[in-house]
Amino acid sequence: MAVKVVEDWLNACSGCEISILNIGDPLLDLLPQLEFVHITALVDHKFFGQLGDGATMEIPEAVVGIVSGGVRNEEQKHELEEIRKKVQFLISLGSCACYGGVPAQANMWKNDEVFEKVFRNCLTTDSAPNPEDPNVPKWTPTCAAVDEVVKVDIAIPGCPPHPDWIADAVLALLSGKTAWSLPERSVCDTCPVIREQKSGGGPVKRWLQNMEFNPEEGLEKMRCINEQGFLCMGPVTLAGCNGKAGVPRCIQARTPCRGCFGPIRKGARPMVEMMGALTSVGLDPKSLVDRRAMMNRYIGGHGFLTVIPARPAK
Amino acid sequence: MGKVINIQPVTRIEGHAKVSITLDDAGNVADTKLYVQTLRGFEKFCEGRPVEEMPRTVCHICGICPWAHHLASAKATDACYGVTPPPAAVKLRRLMQSVAYVSDKILNFYFLAAPDFVIGPDADYSVRNVIGIVQAAPEIAKKVVHMRHLGAQIIEGFAGRAIHPTFAVPGGVSKPMTETERQKMLPLAKELLEFSQFSMKFAKENVFPKYLNAIKTIGVIKVGYLGTVTADGALDFYDGKLRLMKPDGAYDDFTYEQYADYLGEWVEPWSYQKFPYAKKWGKLNMSLDNPVGVYRTNTLSRINVADKMATPLAQAEFEEFRAAFGRPAHFTLLYHYARLIELLQCAETAVQLLEDKEITSTDIRVPITPRAARGIGCVEAPRGTLIHDYECDENGLITKVNLIVGTTHNNAAMNMSVNQAAKALIHEGKYDQGILNKVEMAIRAYDP
Repeated sequence: MAVKVVEDWLNACSGCEISILNIGDPLLDLLPQLEFVHITALVDHKFFGQLGDGATMEIPEAVVGIVSGGVRNEEQKHELEEIRKKVQFLISLGSCACYGGVPAQANMWKNDEVFEKVFRNCLTTDSAPNPEDPNVPKWTPTCAAVDEVVKVDIAIPGCPPHPDWIADAVLALLSGKTAWSLPERSVCDTCPVIREQKSGGGPVKRWLQNMEFNPEEGLEKMRCINEQGFLCMGPVTLAGCNGKAGVPRCIQARTPCRGCFGPIRKGARPMVEMMGALTSVGLDPKSLVDRRAMMNRYIGGHGFLTVIPARPAK
Repeated sequence: MGKVINIQPVTRIEGHAKVSITLDDAGNVADTKLYVQTLRGFEKFCEGRPVEEMPRTVCHICGICPWAHHLASAKATDACYGVTPPPAAVKLRRLMQSVAYVSDKILNFYFLAAPDFVIGPDADYSVRNVIGIVQAAPEIAKKVVHMRHLGAQIIEGFAGRAIHPTFAVPGGVSKPMTETERQKMLPLAKELLEFSQFSMKFAKENVFPKYLNAIKTIGVIKVGYLGTVTADGALDFYDGKLRLMKPDGAYDDFTYEQYADYLGEWVEPWSYQKFPYAKKWGKLNMSLDNPVGVYRTNTLSRINVADKMATPLAQAEFEEFRAAFGRPAHFTLLYHYARLIELLQCAETAVQLLEDKEITSTDIRVPITPRAARGIGCVEAPRGTLIHDYECDENGLITKVNLIVGTTHNNAAMNMSVNQAAKALIHEGKYDQGILNKVEMAIRAYDP
């Protein structure tokens, strides 16, 4: 018997859903085991009846609920609460759902300031009052992670999450397990670069030049990015972006990690810990430009990013 | 006032939307609206970020076309810092873009659009989807999944991430391609090209002929078009001049720097999504009889504004298409046909780039120094022209951002197409699930 699944995106970019489709050949074996009673991306089930005449949002009952995206408006909040009522296991898929994600950088401003910019201060926009209509859901006070609103049973972080883990978590549920989580390891634990526990010292370099490496050689011959003097969030970021095998994906591109899988464990303080990691290789963490947003890029929910006082005029 | 039909959510598209159709007392369509209810505020929260971090931040605008945003942003950051990437870097950017777009077009055609055509627009919703396709055409489904996997393999094997890339940086790219990598990728790209040819043939033989009537009726509107062409008028996804075509086919060409002279964005109180319009044509009017300022982007639009395609197989299909439907072609469902012509160009471009040995040059990034400046970068995303316009201070921190992106351009046109489809299909209060799905098909053509 196929297991009933409800899937939907909230404040999301659809990247998580594409990652589901990127499971690859195992997808075709997995699909018949799942019965998607709702998935906006793929199936034409409607919330207000197939003829659009329902008065309230109807979410079908299901064993598994999967939501991507954080919570940014009242309608998303309502839908999430309805899904929670109808499913046995709720999976938060991706870093927006788990931590607020990139859009939670908006939490550094008051909502009014964001609307002021978007509707009255963009070069090509004909200045207008904020849209207001029963069909335009109001913003919630912050861009929140899913578990700030409802209880989450399984978190699959990542931006996007790796297809290996999506398949793994779903298969775990199908086999009767009730819990699943990624092992608590850091990106550095899965990164093959050379580490000597020291750098050239001085300020943290901006990413205005490429890493030093020989392209004909593997990563195991490249010096650690932090030790080359750049910011790499590997030390404080949960491993797994590479799936079950392979090297961290950003490092594979010879680019630094920016923390898309979020903290290694609950209760971690990635910014504080990352400042320590930079200090430990002899870099000056205070020299890092745009430190707060840089170190909390994917995790601005849960109060990690909040409104800062306006910068003094120059 | 009669009843309101709420189609929510609009499904098999790549974002949030809903449609409301208001019927009058006689049961005929009085009004329709397509609502896009999400707003994230990128233009605000990018303020203060370092310019060089932008390409890997704004790619998160869209998880379906992250490479398009990534590259438009990289071009805007090149311009902010006043640098020109070396030729190999441009080739590598173009290669990644081409392969990513092949995957995107395959996804749209087979997973999102095909259920309407292969299973049928009136089929029950429980089978009118990709799972239905897997059952109805298992061999093709298998191939599609394999091809998408192949595309991801090419991109991830080289540039690490297929979704939300980090590869393009101001001044170039983060790593060169080795000869070994080139040789490994070339046959994979050739496989993608073969499948693209198969897809075109399959659609022309098995899909489009059956739906000629639907093509001529569903969502048809007569508006303008925007796209990017090279100096000699060929369709280009990565670089060129912008071409804005009026509904009658007359057009203006302009540079990225001039975009704000031609385009404006209107705000309606009932939508977070703005309504870009051609402001040189007058004040926006979305009426079916007398639209003003409305233009479209995405596949059909590019095929309309281009004088020719950039590659031979795509060119042959383009000629056949234009002979059959003219210039500009206005039928909305032709977006699907145009998408497959573009699929061929993307696959051919990927093969061409991989056959060019210069792509393995190690000269891939020029040195950069932050400065106060403005930089505008544009590319053609699968869903339309992306305009990324940044200003930064002397320390290279962003002070202002203006974005006009893919599907947003089509907001006014999609609203019109929904209106046209609903009015053409719903009379005297009679409608069923099939009819409501056909209204959605008018939206799906735009692949929003």
